[in-house]
Amino acid sequence: MEKSTKKQPWFWTSAVASIITRLVLIIYFPNTLNFSSRPEISTPLTSIRRLAEGYWLKQSSMSPYAGSMYHGSPLLLSILGPLTIDRGEGQRSHLLFSLAFVVADFITAMLIRSIGQLLQIADSQSLKSLGAGRLLKVSGLVPLAAFGWVIASHLSLYPAILVIPLVLLIGSGLDTPPRKLFVQNKYGDDQNELSSDTHRKHKGTTNGTSNLIVFSWRRVVLFFFWASVWAFYVLVLCSISLKEFSGLGEMFKRTYGFILSVEDLSPNIGLLWYFFAEVFDFFRDFFLIVFHINILFMVLPLAIRLHHRPCFLAFVYIAISSVLKSYPSVNMQFSFFLFSGYLGTLLLSPVMHNLWIWRIILVVESVSSMLSHDRALKQATTPVSKKVL
Amino acid sequence: MARLLSIFALLVFVLHVTSESTGEVVEQLEGEEFTEELLFRPLPDRKVLSYFHFESKVPRTNSYGHHHRLFPKAIYQLVHKYRITEMELSFTQGRWNYESWGGFDPVASSNAKPPGVELWAVFDVPQDQVDASWKNLTHTLSGLFCASINFLESSTMYSAPDWSFRSLSGNLRYGSLPREAVCTENLTPWLKLLPCRDKAGLSSLMNRPSIYRGFYHSQRLHLTSDALETNAAFSSSRKLQPSWSMNSLFGRTVEGKCALAKSSNVYVQLEGSLVYNMKDTWNDIEGYEGEEVPYEGFGSNPNFGFSVSPDRMMKEVNSFHKEGSSILYGFSIKDYHSSKPFDLGFRWKLPVTWSCVKAPLRASRFLMGSGNEKGAIALSLQSTEWSESLPKAHNDEEKCRLRVDVFQVVPWYIKVYYHTARLFVDGVPQSLGDVIEKMHVSPSEDKVSPGVMETILRLPCDMKSASLTLEFDKGFLHIDEYPPDANQGFDIPSAIISFPDFQTCLEYTQDNTSIKSPMVSKMQEKRKILSYTEVLLVPLTTPDFSMPYNVITITCTVFALYFGSLLNALRRRAGEEERFLKSKDKNTSKLRLLLSKLSAKLRGRAWEPPTSTPPSSSSSPKLISSKVIIKIVLIAAIGFGWQYYYG
Repeated sequence: MEKSTKKQPWFWTSAVASIITRLVLIIYFPNTLNFSSRPEISTPLTSIRRLAEGYWLKQSSMSPYAGSMYHGSPLLLSILGPLTIDRGEGQRSHLLFSLAFVVADFITAMLIRSIGQLLQIADSQSLKSLGAGRLLKVSGLVPLAAFGWVIASHLSLYPAILVIPLVLLIGSGLDTPPRKLFVQNKYGDDQNELSSDTHRKHKGTTNGTSNLIVFSWRRVVLFFFWASVWAFYVLVLCSISLKEFSGLGEMFKRTYGFILSVEDLSPNIGLLWYFFAEVFDFFRDFFLIVFHINILFMVLPLAIRLHHRPCFLAFVYIAISSVLKSYPSVNMQFSFFLFSGYLGTLLLSPVMHNLWIWRIILVVESVSSMLSHDRALKQATTPVSKKVL
Repeated sequence: MARLLSIFALLVFVLHVTSESTGEVVEQLEGEEFTEELLFRPLPDRKVLSYFHFESKVPRTNSYGHHHRLFPKAIYQLVHKYRITEMELSFTQGRWNYESWGGFDPVASSNAKPPGVELWAVFDVPQDQVDASWKNLTHTLSGLFCASINFLESSTMYSAPDWSFRSLSGNLRYGSLPREAVCTENLTPWLKLLPCRDKAGLSSLMNRPSIYRGFYHSQRLHLTSDALETNAAFSSSRKLQPSWSMNSLFGRTVEGKCALAKSSNVYVQLEGSLVYNMKDTWNDIEGYEGEEVPYEGFGSNPNFGFSVSPDRMMKEVNSFHKEGSSILYGFSIKDYHSSKPFDLGFRWKLPVTWSCVKAPLRASRFLMGSGNEKGAIALSLQSTEWSESLPKAHNDEEKCRLRVDVFQVVPWYIKVYYHTARLFVDGVPQSLGDVIEKMHVSPSEDKVSPGVMETILRLPCDMKSASLTLEFDKGFLHIDEYPPDANQGFDIPSAIISFPDFQTCLEYTQDNTSIKSPMVSKMQEKRKILSYTEVLLVPLTTPDFSMPYNVITITCTVFALYFGSLLNALRRRAGEEERFLKSKDKNTSKLRLLLSKLSAKLRGRAWEPPTSTPPSSSSSPKLISSKVIIKIVLIAAIGFGWQYYYG
């Protein structure tokens, strides 16, 4: 993705070609190549049929959460529900839905691409800025970011941990090399002292003096303000749409509660269903806590270690949660990486648990490679100061 | 020999006399009564239906304290404790063949039951206590009848139908166990409810081997807050209309009535169409005229004969069918005793064929789809000759529409998508709004409650067939929730199809006077026609029951790998490692020197001092690459080994 900045025509032709391919698949092979009922893609949270059932229940004046069918947001019902109604033939609804998904996927692709371009610019600029000292500032899209975060965590709970990378991103800008590098560059003479105490002291002083990397608290506060505004707005909308049936309590129980308690044991590509289908009931609660803590446990260490690269931090968070979450599917923002991982693992071994292990390895290796990348950067800069001495 | 098809019905009535103080003593003494009756009916497919009907009534009196002369005390206590207004429990083996055994007459529509156990009860308690009463009731009945009725206690097994099952509801609970095996251990406690047990009277016919050899066997206990009754039915058959006798059917004869019974009667019922067809043959063969044929000479009829001449003969009035009216022959066994046992025989003299009166529509249910992921339930309704003869006359402004009520309970692990309901009439898809008059769905809740669908369909009278399909996903259960024979599949209980437009009742009169027999008066009650569909068997995916430890191990391995390696990657600090290595070098340099000297000696070369630790920046890429290669080789080897051993 990130390489396509220079090769604009190539990118656009491939984009058009992929859209045409999808349209052809949708129109000519509606049944044979329709993956929407495959367990790899449709989980209890993302199944379109369940959404249709929820919409039907709501239309027949019952709570959409009656029965254990629908576990999504009530807002989705209002937006996507009308698309599920069969208008006579049955093919039409499928077509509408697929078109909506193609459009959404295209927009996502474009956004990811622009993020990639921004990242590349930021990277080259900050590399230059090791000498020049000029940092790219994120343009002020704080309300939009807050909206995205609120909606994402409303829909599937796990994106809630993205608040940390978002705050970092908003506070200190796009991915930068570690702050130390700037410090080293400016105060290169003192870098020969390797004791960490002095190091920290220096950092403190740099933070005070350099106006390069200022963590802008004002914008963070603004972000939280907008986030609470949006959250309030979403909750009000939800409670309006659920007014006749049941309150927000039921909604939280049926969406977040369903995600956290892993009630549905239908197979998906994750491993929690496999575990909870066979684990003894006595230990169920214990393991539920352990597995969910596992996701949360790494949040802080990763944030400390990767705070200077919020985009990569976000990627790692998404990767971890999509490997360890309760109802994972291929169909996520993260899917490209995972999918290439799958291709690899499919070739290597068709065994399911190997796949889990490989996925974990993928995450861990990407983290350690990013760290070593930073280290290499540092090494590229430190020898200069060393040699100076 | 004729095969037996039997229905027992013990109908026990508990009379609730509200004014307890002012009852006359004589009345109270006479209030408790028990009657036993037996009905035989030849069936068109060479089987014989025998229908036992025992009925006992008790007024609510205090004259004997807590004791009763005839009425089973256990049942009385049950009614009082749980405040049951009405209850029906049936144990059934085999499936009622609606095609050839009839689906319209009162015996069939009230006694044909789904296989296994079916229980419903109406309670006279506040709404919030109904569930608790139901749970207690199931446990009590489970103990009383030696059956696993207590499984109905779980909220996933019973449902509260709104309106389709019975018109009165609210406090009604319905549950069924299709898999329950019915055997003598259920019959014996049931017989204990009779005052003479199976020692005397009609119940002495219940010879276990001959009963369970029958094609269909259903025993039923019906309790109403006014009354309690017990029913049982058997039926049997053979090629060529067989002659039969009680001895050939049951291997026993009746040695007198149960001394405690108020009345003890045996009936033989000939269906309307049979009588009609017999008339035809009489007309053909002998040119016999007049409708009064069977009246002449009870024992000597050109078509059939009884070994014992009937005491009474009753004729159906207000017949629903044009073809003919059914006839009931009555035999009283008052005067028989052990030296002169009662053995009723029935002998065919001329071959005759006829068919039973069927339900308006023939209902059947089946599964569609393949695989362990999803499927569909289809309910098909086909017209019978009965519905074809429905009035098609009033085509003027409104088309004739046949009302069909469907009540279907689906266990929670069959996740029905109610929005996928499709309705086809004569193979043409219909819009639901046109056909479905009313629909009430309470979707299933995982591990809490079953899915219940109650629907009123309005089908055009002139249709040939209609079908209703619903798609479903198969759920996945926890390893503990599978029954011991999980691979056999899971049962979906029978759906109940009822036709409220039609009411069945048979009214008999003898010399224009109505008959006071509990069974006959039961037949005269107007009731709507019910038919039960087949029980469906759904195979679900079963996990590997021997593997929980392996699953736990592999999952925990994945988590440990994730946790350990990620933490390791985060914790590692390159600069400190280098320093650590340097300091290590200093410590181990002597050892290294020694080692290098040793190796030099071994090689027989001059020892040269090792160069000081190579600059890490220059040589580290090499080192790393070799490490990476080793890692890759190791992983590939592990993968290969894995495939080799388990692939």
